[in-house]
Amino acid sequence: MRPQPTTTTLASPPFRVGRTVRHSLVMLTAAVAPLAVAGCSGGDDGQTLRVYSGRHYDIELAFTQFSEDTGVEVEFLTGNDAELRERIAAEGEETEADVYLTVDAGNLAAAAEEGLFQPLESPVLDAAIPAEYRDPEDRWFGLALRARTIVYNPETIDLADVPDTYEELAAPEWKGRLCLRNANNSYQQSLVASMIAADGEEATEHVLEGWADNAEIFANDIELLEAMAAGACDVGISNHYYLAQELEDDPEFPVELKWAEQDTRGVHINISGGGVTTYADDPDLAQQFLEWLATDGQAVLVHSNHEYPANPDVAPDDLVVEAFGTDFKRDPVNAQQFGLLNPDAVRLMDQADFG
Amino acid sequence: MTGSALAIDHVTKAFGATVAVDDVEVTLADAELLALVGPSGCGKSTLLRLVAGLLAADRGTIRIGGTTVDDGTRVVDPERRHIGLVFQEHALFPHLTVAQNVAFGLRSLGRSERDGRCSHWLDLVGLGSYGRRYPHELSGGERQRVALARALAPAPRLMLLDEPFASLDPNLRAQIRGDVVELLRATGTPAVFVTHDQVEALATGDRVAVMRAGRIEQLGDPTEVFHRPRTRFVAGFMGDASFLPIARDGGGAMTELGPLDVPDGNGERVAVARPDDVTFEPADAGTAEIVGAEFRGPVRVYTLRLASGAIVHSARSHLVRAELGTRVDAALVAGHRLVAVVDEHTATGLDFDTCSDPD
Amino acid sequence: MTAPAAVDASRDADLPPARVGSDHHRRTALGRLGWATTAVIAAALVVIPIGMLASSILTPSTDVWREQWQTRLPGEIVDTLVLVTGVGFCSIVLGTGLAWLVAAYRFPGRRVLGWALVLPLAVPGYILGFVTTSVFGFAGPVQTWWRDQFGRDAWFPDIRSMPGAVAILSLTLYPYVYLPARAALRDQAGGAYFVARTLGASPSQAARRVVLPMLRPAIAAGAAVVVMETLTDFATVQYFGIDTVSVGVFRIWRGTYDRDAAAELATLVLVLALLAIGLERVLRGRARYGAAGGQDAGIVPRRLGRWRGPAATVVATSVVLAGFGAPTLQLAVWAIREARGDRGTPLLDRYLDFLTNSLTLTITTVGICLVVAVVVTNARRFAHPRVVGTANRLTAVGYAVPGPVVAMGVILAVVALDDLLGGVGLGLPGVVATGSFVALAYAYVIRFIGPGLGTVESGLGQVPDEITSSARALGARPRTILGVVHLPLSRASVITAAVLVGVDALKELPIALLLRPIGFDTLPVWVYNLASESRFEQAALPALSIIGVALVPVAILCRRLDRRPVR
Repeated sequence: MRPQPTTTTLASPPFRVGRTVRHSLVMLTAAVAPLAVAGCSGGDDGQTLRVYSGRHYDIELAFTQFSEDTGVEVEFLTGNDAELRERIAAEGEETEADVYLTVDAGNLAAAAEEGLFQPLESPVLDAAIPAEYRDPEDRWFGLALRARTIVYNPETIDLADVPDTYEELAAPEWKGRLCLRNANNSYQQSLVASMIAADGEEATEHVLEGWADNAEIFANDIELLEAMAAGACDVGISNHYYLAQELEDDPEFPVELKWAEQDTRGVHINISGGGVTTYADDPDLAQQFLEWLATDGQAVLVHSNHEYPANPDVAPDDLVVEAFGTDFKRDPVNAQQFGLLNPDAVRLMDQADFG
Repeated sequence: MTGSALAIDHVTKAFGATVAVDDVEVTLADAELLALVGPSGCGKSTLLRLVAGLLAADRGTIRIGGTTVDDGTRVVDPERRHIGLVFQEHALFPHLTVAQNVAFGLRSLGRSERDGRCSHWLDLVGLGSYGRRYPHELSGGERQRVALARALAPAPRLMLLDEPFASLDPNLRAQIRGDVVELLRATGTPAVFVTHDQVEALATGDRVAVMRAGRIEQLGDPTEVFHRPRTRFVAGFMGDASFLPIARDGGGAMTELGPLDVPDGNGERVAVARPDDVTFEPADAGTAEIVGAEFRGPVRVYTLRLASGAIVHSARSHLVRAELGTRVDAALVAGHRLVAVVDEHTATGLDFDTCSDPD
Repeated sequence: MTAPAAVDASRDADLPPARVGSDHHRRTALGRLGWATTAVIAAALVVIPIGMLASSILTPSTDVWREQWQTRLPGEIVDTLVLVTGVGFCSIVLGTGLAWLVAAYRFPGRRVLGWALVLPLAVPGYILGFVTTSVFGFAGPVQTWWRDQFGRDAWFPDIRSMPGAVAILSLTLYPYVYLPARAALRDQAGGAYFVARTLGASPSQAARRVVLPMLRPAIAAGAAVVVMETLTDFATVQYFGIDTVSVGVFRIWRGTYDRDAAAELATLVLVLALLAIGLERVLRGRARYGAAGGQDAGIVPRRLGRWRGPAATVVATSVVLAGFGAPTLQLAVWAIREARGDRGTPLLDRYLDFLTNSLTLTITTVGICLVVAVVVTNARRFAHPRVVGTANRLTAVGYAVPGPVVAMGVILAVVALDDLLGGVGLGLPGVVATGSFVALAYAYVIRFIGPGLGTVESGLGQVPDEITSSARALGARPRTILGVVHLPLSRASVITAAVLVGVDALKELPIALLLRPIGFDTLPVWVYNLASESRFEQAALPALSIIGVALVPVAILCRRLDRRPVR
């Protein structure tokens, strides 16, 4: 700096304040600089599809297959349905997600409600996916079906004694004989939502109170099934494909499935599906991906997880066909209703102190 | 055996390969104050900790008031030794008030008696109104007095003080030191002081034990240790000392400054000259020369180079003024005699001990 | 560097340039402003995202609140309090007890156990949680064996219970108490302990009445960390079926799609955390414990008897085994079984990516946290201590906020910043966008700068003010003092801070779950995705990798612990 007479001020105050602020910014920038560099790397070449997926169960098998078939690279982020949805909403136009896949119809409906999906005009999807498994406005499409039904241990109870409905499990005779999953889980929430739709709030709350009295609660279905196999309880509720997984590992696995509500509304079905995000970089590619999942990709998507295909032209994998069959009554899926009733389901379970 | 406040009998303590206390033997009479002095790392703190029961002896016996507390195998816990302990850092309990600190060792007493004893001791150390304060609210000297009151309150059979004044500033030091000695004498409590300061040792001890490399080099009353050191180390450690070679002359022995007594014994010996032993007179034909001077208040200490090249110091009244370079005749002060000590280091210069003590 | 008195110097070249008072003051004041501004900016960067989320509490969703109050919230609060109290208490007992055991007694294996007791720090709670629940769960090998031995209805304690959760969290968190307690025992309490003994207190009395109170600040600081970790945990407790408020935040958020309600519930966690901090301040009490023992004072360990010695070995060894040895072994068995099988661990081909991602994120977080922590703690020395002190307390507040809340706050803040920059034509595509590495690291820094800041602060606290003053009197500028004096003197604390932040960042799960950029999975995310589906054998390899990597900083801590050996 140029020598200054000491009798005058060194510089005008704004300059000095500027220096101070600059000084601070330099310190902080030094701390953050490596990040900016890291954040800048990774460009966008247009032939990469980015998927936020609530499914993380061997989902990469389908992505890999799609890449092989089309040459399009798939980058994906797995997570909880609701959190990924929140993230897409928060990211807004900046979102990287071209496609959002979920494991729960309620989240699909909620995402559509929040405007996170764009409507698609796709004859392929319309042909492949039955109307009951897709959005009336074609914003999202179901791709795989999972049944949440009653399971039992044939070593401790006869099939004839196993209840036919979810509601019956609330009866006092099942006290200490029932295994259920906790209330934090979306499968359990959507099941309760479907019960509210069928029976109304009051009746459902009674059922939940009965469940809470009767059941031992587990953190996930696998743990529940293995405890049942070990004799922890006679009956429980589980997604069908978890039982399929156990049977795949051990054909002698001592738990069997009974389709629930066959004389009433049908077994509870939830759908796993997806849509193209509103701010997708490449909506056409994203749509192509969904179409592929609904047709050529159905088998690889669905079989690895032992789900039922949403596309009626595709058969489930052999194990599911042999062990569970395909002929059972399904409770019609009303995703809109799941989405609306899910908060009520959580609230009711809170009130009943279930799980 | 009985009647002695403390008997340390051939006690040895080693840490790995380092022998910190090496076959030490000391006895303390009732109401006696012993100053344990030596350079840092000589084993004096280790010896104190052995007596306190913080460490167990490898060999030897320690008795306090006639009770064996450590015989190399069976060790009495410190809480059963009835000793008082004061550290340099005073180790006051920071979470307790001054009164609670002092009352800590009085738990066996009833409440009223405990309170009484507590305030008695606080009064005695001049902190009667400080009972409710916390240690961090006190000055260094006050803390040290609380530590002393706390240690004395249970009426220990023996007090152990580890560098108790080292953390105090010099002005306060002499005063607190005097207070402490007075208190110990008033209560008739025998005590062992550990210090590395020879002035403190000479001033406080009924007897002084000079330690070096785990051994007691000399044990005696302060004048004896100061004026009749047995070794060159003791002579040098206990005060300013110059050393002169001894020339044997038939039955007697001579140094450059005059004759001296040579006690019985073997080994290399050297004569000790302290500044108060040496005087000088200016003389044009003098064989010595003044090469240095240091003003010390009451006296001025001159450094003289003798004809042989040996250096001695001479303390003179401040009234005497002599310029550097003045030629002088050096001589012994009338009535003073030089003593000969074992010269364990024939190399020149003092070799302050470098034994390592894991303390 | 300016030349404030260059004119004087040129007038009289023989004289050294003199400092002109007024100018010097002016420049000092300016320098101080710079330091203070930096600290305030750092605090703002932490507080703004949290504040954006917490501000939703100003417009409370009364319906949700009322419903929650009438239903599950009271139970969740009770469970949270029970859990936090239980884990806090057990961690204090384990941490302090074991530190005392190792410091005060000699027993077989003491030296090795002294550092081995830190190892459970390398095991994240959610990993120990799933290993334990699967091994001791109803279908697990232990209960199966038990039923084979004693019949179907033989009673067995339910591991999926509050006591189980307390035990598992305590086993992974007690080192946060053990470490400071042991350091304090090593450096402080020896003299007082021994004086107490000479005053007639037995070893246990002296420990209880003197040492324990003296350890109180160290224990309280450690316990505060334990409480924070417990309050903000959501992954571990779910394995045990415990409904804490943090779990409730997730349930409300995911299940009712009501972010605002979730955020409001999350502020309750924040309030509880702040209460815990307040409690710690109270516990620290009015007595100041600084240099209480003297430099050479450390507890001199006593040899334990023929039976008690081995008993001590057994106790300490069991803790190490339960918190580290057994889970690691079980994971290794699973990993080997998995490697032999033909199922194949999903995404194994991307193992190196995940490892690299975890390491990159951890190292970046540690780096930023340290730079900021060192700068703002030093700022307090150089400028406006009250302002900077307050700012720094705010900077550290992220540690009391659950990871998901931090993540959501960062999303909101970054989007707002993006809009702001875009509005003035300064858009930085990809840099500030959510889901970028920047946002992820930003959230990590917010969450973990607290322990780093605290550690560096206490390290700098050991450097006397006089040293700073001396350096300034010698003409050194604050920046120079920081680099040449303060940093070297507080190096130990900076390293410890790096280790603490590193271990936490490596184990962090929820922020990564929510904020990671696409394709940027970390080891904990991989573990969680597999473990949440009970695919434990497949989760074993990544879980072992986390533990393995975490062992590096933990080993550094262990070495530091042994640097001044306890005699």
